[in-house]
Amino acid sequence: MNKKAAKEYWRQNIKYLVILLTIWFTVSFGFGILLIDELNQFKIGGFKLGFWFAQQGSIYVFVILILTYIVLMNKLDKKYNIK
Amino acid sequence: MTLQIWIWLMIGITFSLYIGIAIWSKAGSTNEFYVAGSGVSPLANGMATAADWMSAASFISMAGLISFMGYDGSVYLMGWTGGYVLLALLLAPYLRKFGKFTVPDFIGDRYYSDTARLVAIICALIISFTYVAGQMRGVGLVFSRYLEVDINTGVVIGMAIVLFYAVLGGMKGITYTQVAQYCVLIFAFMVPAIFISIQMTGNPIPQLGFGSEGKDGIYLLDKLDGLSKDLGFHEYTSGSKSKLDVFFITAALMIGTAGLPHVIVRFFTVKKVSDARKSAGWALLFIAILYTTAPAIAVFARTNLIETVSEKKYDEMPVWFDNWEKTGLLTFNDKNNDGIIQYVAEPEINELTIDRDIMVMANPEIAELPNWVIALLAAGALAAALSTAAGLLLVISSSISHDLIKKIIKPDVSEKGELIAARISAFFAVLMAGYFGINPPGFVAAVVALAFGLAAASFFPAIVLGIFYKRMNKEGAISGMVIGLLLMLFYMTKFKFGWFGGGTSEDWWFGISPEGFGTFAMLINFIISLVVCHLTKEPSKEIQDLVEKIRIPSND
Repeated sequence: MNKKAAKEYWRQNIKYLVILLTIWFTVSFGFGILLIDELNQFKIGGFKLGFWFAQQGSIYVFVILILTYIVLMNKLDKKYNIK
Repeated sequence: MTLQIWIWLMIGITFSLYIGIAIWSKAGSTNEFYVAGSGVSPLANGMATAADWMSAASFISMAGLISFMGYDGSVYLMGWTGGYVLLALLLAPYLRKFGKFTVPDFIGDRYYSDTARLVAIICALIISFTYVAGQMRGVGLVFSRYLEVDINTGVVIGMAIVLFYAVLGGMKGITYTQVAQYCVLIFAFMVPAIFISIQMTGNPIPQLGFGSEGKDGIYLLDKLDGLSKDLGFHEYTSGSKSKLDVFFITAALMIGTAGLPHVIVRFFTVKKVSDARKSAGWALLFIAILYTTAPAIAVFARTNLIETVSEKKYDEMPVWFDNWEKTGLLTFNDKNNDGIIQYVAEPEINELTIDRDIMVMANPEIAELPNWVIALLAAGALAAALSTAAGLLLVISSSISHDLIKKIIKPDVSEKGELIAARISAFFAVLMAGYFGINPPGFVAAVVALAFGLAAASFFPAIVLGIFYKRMNKEGAISGMVIGLLLMLFYMTKFKFGWFGGGTSEDWWFGISPEGFGTFAMLINFIISLVVCHLTKEPSKEIQDLVEKIRIPSND
């Protein structure tokens, strides 16, 4: 891979990281901790929403974030012919 | 069949399985011993990582902790899963591309310095030893409760098993036994949870069950909030810790998870970079199954417990109550001599003390599940403790034989000599871990939780900056690691053991508990690293090229 392509590849990777880590921070530290009192006003089933994010929702989102990253990076690798 | 026979049967079957796998996967080279020949499939590596990661603490203690902490217990749930996002996105792919055997390998090569390597070795050893002692203790506890041998005999049996497959098989043996152990532990954790969920809510999925209505048509969580309040505890779904402290503890656990050497090293065992990403995904998925079930168990167990004991006659307590009373983990002290159990928050009036560790293990008995379920739980707890202990022992042995002997003291050692050294150090590591399991120094329990703070404060910034910041040099990384580690050790010993004048929670800096201080020490590490780095000269062209190379998965 030439230098220019490597730079582009890295820049795209960083872009993915910033987006995914923003979501990571929002669901856990945001919804599960900082905004919990506001979210607890709402309920889904027997769960207060903030409590649900802290003990369930954030974990599901974590799994989805990694899966998304795998798919995005596999596509990126293909685009740059990385096996 | 009686419970005792079931337990011997379950433990007998699972242990022969582990030993069989160990013989089948004997390691023949250092490459196989350290990283299983880098030929593990992402799915198998994901399972092995999950078993490696989920220790006796996750399996036995976590749900119990949550059931007493309520919302505050979320720090463990988010902290010990969120770290995998950091691992998958910021560390695993690049460390795999770098492609050596250990974390000190990376630190030593990236920062072109044996001092950096030595600092990394010391960090890895401190973290792993504190962690492994707790595991051996867990093995002893399970044996003593279920096989009715004493704790020390239990520790010795556990040591013998781990010794056998860690020394013989190295990483290769450990990986495939961990795959089997994951299957045992997750099955053992889920079966009672599903049973109890059906019993209490009619919903077979525990993750949904604890948000459903109980038999009386009231939402379980609302009922538990009410019960807790009536007895003077804080409301279950809201916490008693400060938001700042919850934030810092969660962050320390997440970042610490991403910096634990025995977890990182698992990503060296797969074939290529894309497999490292995939196995992180699998690992978190497998971990999430247990971690989303644990808070459900916590709610079921807590509700069941309060309803069974609160304001009930002592003489009419079920058999499990007597069984656990005998172990001393559950005690009843009839302060007002009315023969009725007062279980309340107020320590002056409260008559029942419950060790939080018994919640998961007593749960099937409280819910009156069949004997084979209880036996399964015992086998699962052992699988969790053994798999984590084995992973840690490997880090200790490779730190000594590879990082210390091969890379620093005697670089001309032959492959065969290194393999022998690896086995000898694994052997002594097991003995030492067993010693601490039998004679637990008072600090073990306190320190296991703090191993995460240590990992966050020392390794994480050095590794992340090593990958994402080309200009980072050895002066910056070493001073950051040393100061981060010392600061964390200082705060921990000051507030946990009363050194340096000690102090109470009143004296915590900014109200941050020792458990959350790793986040603070990590930030200091980052700042020091960056400042020192800019005051000293940048790394050589070769090092900067190395960094560019690890960022791209391909080899050309």
